[in-house]
Amino acid sequence: MAEKPKVATTSMAGCFGCHMSILDIDERILKLIDLVDFDKSPIDDIKEFTGRCAVGLLEGGCCNDENVKTLKDFREHCDILIAVGDCATMGGIPALRNNMSVKECLDEAYSTDNRKGPAVHNPDNIIPNDPELPLLLDKVYPVQHVVKIDYFLPGCPAPADTIWQSLVALLTDEPVELPYELIKYD
Amino acid sequence: MSFGGPEVCHTKQERLTMSESLQSAIKEICEVVGNDRTQMMEIVEQVQDRFGCVSSEAMDLIAQQMNCHRVEVMSVVSFYSFLSEKPKGTVVIRLCNDVIDLMKGANHAADAFRDELGIEFGETTPDGKITLEWTPCIGMSDQAPAALINDEVVTYLGSDGARNIARQLKEGTAPSKLVGRLGDGNNANDLVKSMVHNNIRNAGPVVFAEGIVKGDGLKKALAMSPREVINDVKNSRLRGRGGAGFPTGMKWDFTRQADGDKKYIFCNADEGEPGTFKDRVILTEKPDLMFEGMTIGGYAIGADEGILYLRGEYAYLRAFLDDVLANRRDAGLLGKNICGKGFDFDIRIVMGAGAYICGEETALLSSAEGMRGDPKNRPPFPAQKGYRDCPTAVNNVETFCKVTRILEKGPGWFSEIGSEGSAGTKLLSISGDCHKPGVYEVPFGIKLREVMDLCGAEDVQAVQIGGPSGRLVGKDSMDDQICYDHLATGGSLMVFSRKRNLLKKVLNFMEFFEEESCGYCTPCRVGNVLLRKKIEAIVNGEGEPADLEYLQTLGETVKTCSRCGLGQTSPNPVLTSLESFRDVYEAALKPALKDGSQPEFDIRAALRPAEAIAGRASSHFAE
Repeated sequence: MAEKPKVATTSMAGCFGCHMSILDIDERILKLIDLVDFDKSPIDDIKEFTGRCAVGLLEGGCCNDENVKTLKDFREHCDILIAVGDCATMGGIPALRNNMSVKECLDEAYSTDNRKGPAVHNPDNIIPNDPELPLLLDKVYPVQHVVKIDYFLPGCPAPADTIWQSLVALLTDEPVELPYELIKYD
Repeated sequence: MSFGGPEVCHTKQERLTMSESLQSAIKEICEVVGNDRTQMMEIVEQVQDRFGCVSSEAMDLIAQQMNCHRVEVMSVVSFYSFLSEKPKGTVVIRLCNDVIDLMKGANHAADAFRDELGIEFGETTPDGKITLEWTPCIGMSDQAPAALINDEVVTYLGSDGARNIARQLKEGTAPSKLVGRLGDGNNANDLVKSMVHNNIRNAGPVVFAEGIVKGDGLKKALAMSPREVINDVKNSRLRGRGGAGFPTGMKWDFTRQADGDKKYIFCNADEGEPGTFKDRVILTEKPDLMFEGMTIGGYAIGADEGILYLRGEYAYLRAFLDDVLANRRDAGLLGKNICGKGFDFDIRIVMGAGAYICGEETALLSSAEGMRGDPKNRPPFPAQKGYRDCPTAVNNVETFCKVTRILEKGPGWFSEIGSEGSAGTKLLSISGDCHKPGVYEVPFGIKLREVMDLCGAEDVQAVQIGGPSGRLVGKDSMDDQICYDHLATGGSLMVFSRKRNLLKKVLNFMEFFEEESCGYCTPCRVGNVLLRKKIEAIVNGEGEPADLEYLQTLGETVKTCSRCGLGQTSPNPVLTSLESFRDVYEAALKPALKDGSQPEFDIRAALRPAEAIAGRASSHFAE
């Protein structure tokens, strides 16, 4: 039997909602694993690429250096990259910080000087700075601003059926069928 | 009227007095126009004129007085670039940054202004006297660089001239005293007194003919029935001279037949297409021809009122034009019982306030109705439902002049001039790299090569025909005819020689459209920004082959999906230059990065703020 094409997925500056949407294809996931093997992905918890992949599914935009590293890694290892969901294609909710400076964002989240609400208990006024922590970018970038992207599936999240139809079309080399119901978002 | 001039107040007492005088002034201004909501432009322009701005308090007072919502006033004030909520200097310098003005050295004048006044563009001197701003094309490309100092026009503005002007203004010289030697023709008229030159280089047989007698065309029209007048216009094969080229007779027929007792004639003198200035010359030298055409149009469609919508940049012609109208009334050519034929018709002038979009006819009507210059949905067309929901015919300045001559000399005379599909003459505004920039009246059907010879253009690389919303053509088009079927134009021809960087011109045009988009629909508001950004990247050497397809696709999307003529034509600089000068783009592109990265993304710059805060370098992307 010929080797199955591989699919990799990642969630960067997203909420994992698009991954939930991938799982939301329900029992068709059994058909999917007939068609493909999963490589690097939170679904199977493979951390590093094991080889060349046919398709990479990207959730979320880039908010820190680790995201950029992951994204470039995906571009290097995948023939086709698909931006899945609004955060990947447009920055989405995380990009709401884009008209504030990084300093303002960190202060808002951690500093007790500025923070009046009860949610922060940070008596020493420490902004986390462990070397393990990724560094924030000046703003949140949609994925196509960082590397070339081949396809975009908008939606918050991109609907399960849209993801399914697109993947199957790609993997079977058939034209994709996306009826109106799958691409309307109101 | 002038666009500028606040009285700066400091003490509490002064502020109180100002508040009282503001209230009584607004009451008076509103009452003069009969508290008519549709006269909002006039009201806010007058408030701006008297108080230097339309302050938040003034907006409240106007809304109260007019019994309308504050947002209706605010939307007007915030829309037009000549109106302002914040106080500006007593004198506002508006330096033109249109592509031709920049080619002719507007940046040198800009540096002189900056240096002498000690402020940046968009700022006001600390004493509140002088504000410095950029403005798009002010209709002086044949005598660029040019600027507006309040309403006064200064032309051929070099760096010494700019410095000199700045010094005089600082000393308190009134803008009107800055005008040195007056221009030719009516530019030297006591009511104009401007240094603008007409630069009529080629006088054709229709508009710039000698010995035209005031009233001849009108008298002949009034001797006929309105239907016969429309038939004459139809038989002359006259098409609109503003750019779209709709048959004038047909437009008038629709308006005449539309239901409604009250109808309007509008003359579109919002000549805002960069590089166009022929209407300025008509308004200066042939206003009677234009007003007479409006009167004939009024008779033909059954209107008793005509409105000249004059762009704010031409405010220096307002008093002169009002005087021409008064003279026509005295001569019995306007007003009650015109020429003793029982026809009543009068014309008034409505001023624009610096918004390119108002040249689009439905936006123009919105503006004249006292609103933001938003385009309206079509249909219904203005011929069915236009100004104040009445049937309205909107025509270009030049079109009306042609009508007067057609009625005077007959439709056959007119239709024999020009080419088969395009009858008559066309006024061209030629600027850029040529020896004789100015206005040319030429017969339709003339070849581009002949026009280039006429204006003394050597070493031509490209010609932008019809302004930024038109087409950029190169040497392959030199034998094409200027007419509706081939090289269509509302009049603007900008010549670029071989030493010019064409992509920078395209970038300038896209910056213009980005600024002038009214923001109503997304394809135009967002699409023009994306187009501009990509062109900018290519100019900066960050483009790659795939960008050309991106520009093509995006440009077509913006054209197809935009709501009005602005967005339907704004991608043209990109699309037509891609068609005619693909090699210029290709020469500016770099090969795509092998790792699939986007060249515009700069990881170092993106990490700089966080690295500074954390005091450590990125472990993934070391310097």
